[in-house]
Amino acid sequence: MQFMLLFSRQGKLRLQKWYVPLSDKEKKKITRELVQTILARKAKMCSFLEWRDLKIVYKRYASLYFCCAIEEQDNELITLEIIHRYVELLDKYFGSVCELDIIFNFEKAYFILDEFLLGGEAQETSKKNVLKAIEQGDLLQENQSADWGGLPRDELL
Amino acid sequence: MPAVSKGDGMRGLAVFISDIRNCKSKEAEIKRINKELANIRSKFKGDKALDGYSKKKYVCKLLFIFLLGHDIDFGHMEAVNLLSSNKYTEKQIGYLFISVLVNSNSDLIRLINNAIKNDLSSRNPTFMNLALHCIANVGSREMAEAFASDIPRILVAGDTMDSVKQSAALCLLRLNKTSPDLVPMGEWTSRVVHLLNDQHLGVVTAATSLISRLAQKSPDDFKTSAALAVARLSRIVTSASIDLQDYTYYFVAAPWLSVKLLRLLQCYPPPEDAALRSRLAECLETILNKAQEPPKSKKVQHSNAKNAVLFEAISLIIHHDSEPTLLVRACNQLGQFLQHRETNLRYLALESMCTLASSEFSHEAVKTHIDTVINALKTERDVSVRQRALDLLYAMCDRSNAKQIVAEMLSYLENADYSIREEIVLKVAILAEKYAVDYTWYVDTILNLIRMAGDHVSEEVWYRVIQIVINRDDVQGYAAKTVFEALQAPACHENLVKVGGYILGEFGNLIAGDPRSSPLVQFKLLHSKFHLCSVPTRALLLSAYIKFINLFPEVKSTIQEVLRSDSQLRNADVELQQRAVEYLRLSCIATTDILATVLEEMPPFPERESSILAKLKKKKGPGNVTGVDDTRRNVNGANSAHPFNDLLNLNSPPAANSSLLVDVFSEAPPDPASAPPPDVSDESFSRFVCKNNGVLYENQLLQIGLKSEYRQNLGRMYVFFGNKTSSQFVSFSSSVTTMNPQVNVHAKAVDPVIEGGAQVQQILNIECVSEFSDAPLLSIHFRYGGAPQNISVQLPVMLNKFFQPTEMTSQDFFQRWKQLGLPQQEVQKIFKSKHAMDSEVTKAKILGFGVALLEAVDPNPANFVGAGVVHTKTSQVGCLLRLEPNTQAQMYRLTLRTSRDSVSQRLCDLLSDQF
Repeated sequence: MQFMLLFSRQGKLRLQKWYVPLSDKEKKKITRELVQTILARKAKMCSFLEWRDLKIVYKRYASLYFCCAIEEQDNELITLEIIHRYVELLDKYFGSVCELDIIFNFEKAYFILDEFLLGGEAQETSKKNVLKAIEQGDLLQENQSADWGGLPRDELL
Repeated sequence: MPAVSKGDGMRGLAVFISDIRNCKSKEAEIKRINKELANIRSKFKGDKALDGYSKKKYVCKLLFIFLLGHDIDFGHMEAVNLLSSNKYTEKQIGYLFISVLVNSNSDLIRLINNAIKNDLSSRNPTFMNLALHCIANVGSREMAEAFASDIPRILVAGDTMDSVKQSAALCLLRLNKTSPDLVPMGEWTSRVVHLLNDQHLGVVTAATSLISRLAQKSPDDFKTSAALAVARLSRIVTSASIDLQDYTYYFVAAPWLSVKLLRLLQCYPPPEDAALRSRLAECLETILNKAQEPPKSKKVQHSNAKNAVLFEAISLIIHHDSEPTLLVRACNQLGQFLQHRETNLRYLALESMCTLASSEFSHEAVKTHIDTVINALKTERDVSVRQRALDLLYAMCDRSNAKQIVAEMLSYLENADYSIREEIVLKVAILAEKYAVDYTWYVDTILNLIRMAGDHVSEEVWYRVIQIVINRDDVQGYAAKTVFEALQAPACHENLVKVGGYILGEFGNLIAGDPRSSPLVQFKLLHSKFHLCSVPTRALLLSAYIKFINLFPEVKSTIQEVLRSDSQLRNADVELQQRAVEYLRLSCIATTDILATVLEEMPPFPERESSILAKLKKKKGPGNVTGVDDTRRNVNGANSAHPFNDLLNLNSPPAANSSLLVDVFSEAPPDPASAPPPDVSDESFSRFVCKNNGVLYENQLLQIGLKSEYRQNLGRMYVFFGNKTSSQFVSFSSSVTTMNPQVNVHAKAVDPVIEGGAQVQQILNIECVSEFSDAPLLSIHFRYGGAPQNISVQLPVMLNKFFQPTEMTSQDFFQRWKQLGLPQQEVQKIFKSKHAMDSEVTKAKILGFGVALLEAVDPNPANFVGAGVVHTKTSQVGCLLRLEPNTQAQMYRLTLRTSRDSVSQRLCDLLSDQF
């Protein structure tokens, strides 16, 4: 996979993950172009399209579009299920995830994605294992902040 | 706060995000962001040391601002500081910031790499994972240099945690993509391959991606992975008893891993080992069988995951291209999908069948679905699906169904989306040519294309139809008749006028016997379109008219009248004017014999790759035009008799830089504007500036030698044509075109046959009317072994040839030098010497240039001074020159004074090039 984009029906970019080195300018151009192309497509249309020399796989969940760019030899259907598994992970973590969760906890959305996909390939496809890794992290932070009620702490040393 | 906030919830961040969301305008948003940036900047710069939490919060805010699309130019240092925090969440935010906003600032990279190094050696798996994720996300060369040798060790070490192994495998994959030279796998290869046997399916999944990549690049080193992949796949696919627990996805066992294993196997040919081969065949059959079983769930996730594995299995079957039964089963399965209610499946089935169509085993099976595919082309609502259907029709086309497919494509063309019309036109043109049995069908098809989608018919397409008609005499009469009829339409596309003009100009005589298409009727029909056409088309029509004069003497006066009209002879466009003038003149002075020679029918075009196919390849990328594959069709043997077979041969390199425009017109009536460019470099021309005799041109067939003499404004040149081969040159002609009226060249006729090894001479008489700069062009045409040869060479006739040297005293010289003192009369050039600075050679060159060399004029004996008069018919121009060598700097300074600035300039250009 070369990159993944999440954007809203209004065309607002909510998450971007690039697995190939590109300049900021090029990233913005690609995003603009794809958001426009995909938002223009009708509901019953096919989830795949050719774009430049890549294949675009996208799916809409409520107000959010998930869009992946894969290479010529990559498998479209399994990419569609990568999207779905990611949505499941977000849903399980946030509990009935909605767009707002991803806006306000964008860093978590990135952490979950990193546990699931790395370098553009599936790293761990078990939902349990991914969530276990994320919750371990949360446990570490909750232990830390529990004593201090989340307030700024003064270091003793 | 509207949303749940998991974890510690940085309250300040949530407030900031809310503020941004409440901004009513872009300006308000920018204002709020600038306020926040100022706040963060002051916090970072402040005297009070920030605690980790605040630092984390501010870095996170900066990240949010960046992800909104704004530039961030500070905070990197604070993020790097977070990396060395021993609190997980602070470290995590630090790494996220670095991953997203990596900066190639070298100081920072060193600090980042240090932090990563510490975490990698911490033996704390969560910290190790963060560090590995960061390397995989950034993937920079600096990181590859720092860590590429450590990560394989982490990957294969016995005590590494599973989750760390997974990260390490994909981290290596990313580094291998960005800096393959820095990731040596040598000593780790076999242990990496054995990860395919790992107990943990997550590890196997990650490792398979890495191994696929490595196997693609060096298949031999990873050969053993194929057997392990088959074994693993077999355990997943064929044993119903194993519970893969959380790796089962909607009742499908480990779909991601299965797809990856099937992908890995596509790096290799079918296994040679019989047992392995049958085990793999069993897997593939099982996957095909499962597609026929009733679904275990109605959820689309179930069918997608199942079919993802199925499509990957089909890809492997096609890749192996060795098991006819599997190929046919795959084709049947895809055939079912062609009518599935899921658009996605129809799309993929069409796409996958395209590759099946190129296998000799399944080509026939694919063809049975033609009606379904045609129906898809007509009824699919999504243009991207229709595009796939079009590709598949193109791929399944062969001689048996070409007429049907071409007809369907033509009818689709009429209502097709504008974005794909040109591609359809190219596909139709290629198929019609490739599978034409009788060429009348081909001609009809192309004319239909022009009629229906003239604007989308590129030049390549109409050039091609002309080439084919010219090369095949069995279709010429039909083509003439058909274009004649097509031109009857009151409004026809300009491309049709072009084809019509060209074909009637060549073959109008074949239908002239019918009084309904008599010469006069043909001419009037063409000329009725003339005024609506663009300049290039009108130029083509003028050439057709002069051809008519040759074909049909009875319309000569009518056409001459047209050529003579002011709208032609005084046309504002030089090309049209020149054609009208020259054609009119040609028709008046040339005898019928000469006319017949000059305007002879076009010779056949050399055969080569179809330029249309080259164009389609360019449009679609080379990988996508495999549909018309000659190797496959050789199976049914029909192809060998095909006369244009090699024109379409995909394996031959495209004709280098072939300019069809030149091809189509090069044998047309003499027409300087479209003559091929001289294929002799300026160097040869330049060699003749200071000498009059020598070899002007030489190739494998022909040598052209020159001897020339000049007196005042007149010159005579003897041109020698030597046939270097042992066979005849026939239809030999050599003519001179002058680029401007300032020079006249009269060429005596030359014998049309040159025997093998013989030499013939042609005499040119040259007159210089007034000063000039463009040299005349010598054009030679002849046939050697049936193939037409065209050569054009610049004739070395330049202004200095008309010099008469003038001796004068030092006193006279300086007096005249002063008289020519206006700034525009002098031209000076300082240039580097190209040859050794030998004064004897320099003297010889100045003498050869045509001026007198004046000794003892210049006070500096190292300098050269010359004088001469350029004689033209209308005037004589005196010229003084001085050349000052500087041997130390290897430079010259050349100064020329004449009474005319243009003459000074031209002479200076010619002479300065000689040293």
